[in-house]
Amino acid sequence: MLELKADERHQITFTLDGREVRGFAEPRMLLSDFLRYELGRSEVHVGCEQGVCGSCTVLLEGKLARSCLTFAVQASGRRVETVRSLSPIEGKLNDLQESFRRHHGLQCGYCTPGILVSSEAFLRDNARPSEPEVREMLSGHICRCTGYAGMVDAILETAQQRATAISS
Amino acid sequence: MAGGLSLVPMMNFRLIETKYLIDISGLSALAYIRERPEEIEIGASQTQADVLTWPKLVKSVPLLSLAMPHIGHFQTRSRGTVCGSIAHADPSSELPLCLATLGGSVVLQSERASRVVQAEEFQIGMLATARQPDEMVTSVRFPVRKPGTGYAFAEMAQRHGDFAVCAVAAVVSGTAVRLGVGGVADKPTVREWPALAHAEIEDALNDFAWDLGGSDDIQASAVYRRDLVRRLGRRVIEEARKCSS
Repeated sequence: MLELKADERHQITFTLDGREVRGFAEPRMLLSDFLRYELGRSEVHVGCEQGVCGSCTVLLEGKLARSCLTFAVQASGRRVETVRSLSPIEGKLNDLQESFRRHHGLQCGYCTPGILVSSEAFLRDNARPSEPEVREMLSGHICRCTGYAGMVDAILETAQQRATAISS
Repeated sequence: MAGGLSLVPMMNFRLIETKYLIDISGLSALAYIRERPEEIEIGASQTQADVLTWPKLVKSVPLLSLAMPHIGHFQTRSRGTVCGSIAHADPSSELPLCLATLGGSVVLQSERASRVVQAEEFQIGMLATARQPDEMVTSVRFPVRKPGTGYAFAEMAQRHGDFAVCAVAAVVSGTAVRLGVGGVADKPTVREWPALAHAEIEDALNDFAWDLGGSDDIQASAVYRRDLVRRLGRRVIEEARKCSS
């Protein structure tokens, strides 16, 4: 068992979007703060810091996690992915992101990184979701601009396009 | 700490401070669902998502498959654990309600010994359980479906995944009607009637609603909560009765 002391900074190493990263954190430091302030990954947005709003959602070992409810030291030796993992090329959007843009699935964009990470994980588990299923998934995020309608359309369209691409 | 979905928000708010914090989320030895003839046993690091997607859940413990989609969200069930929710003992949580209504039990382990505590003795109040400071919840046991028995679940929340203003679970067989209510009293409360004729349901539920002693809070008034117990209670009892035949 790894024992960490409260007031000491510990070196942690993990895989972030496919690359090994390292930094120092006290055990109390949240993963969201570590990603933003130690690694400069400002795409991880912090809204409520109590796990409700979903802005800071990332993948930890391939599973969705609120990075504001995860300690940085828990990521040690593990795999973390942010919204940057969606597109292989910097500056280029993937099909889901393009679809969000087309359907106005965002306005101010604050909630968007978390929603994109969630939606991608959701589509991985549910290749052909129904509209109620998409809406239920989106209930794990708070967006105060859009009213969610554009996001629902974007996710359903992406699911359909991917299914068509596979079958053809 | 397993998923940290309940503990870490409280730490972020500085509502609690811990001297020691032990992360058990990586303990693969506690990530299991074990089937026994009379019950299933779920280990302490098994996530809610893993239980909800277990293919045998619908047949084995139908009440859980009905109630678990209401727990938090897709994004929180991926980390939140079944045992963590029961150990946290929130009065409006779905899993403690299911455990109480089904008459399940909690396995507690310390360096001294291991003991099994029945659900009704485990949760003693709001966020309070019979667990001793040196004990941890290592697993929980849910009784499996019995033949000729129907199960139903319903809840009212401000939006999907929020804390329930009132949640109800019913287990109905030929010889008994069992109704559990969460979100009203300081812990999930279960009442059993030997049988409940159609005409008797209203009075029985009204008595139960008043006995629960719900109070006004930011989410709902006591009057509204009593009404939810009566209406949702009737709905789940009738639904469970249909499923039992």
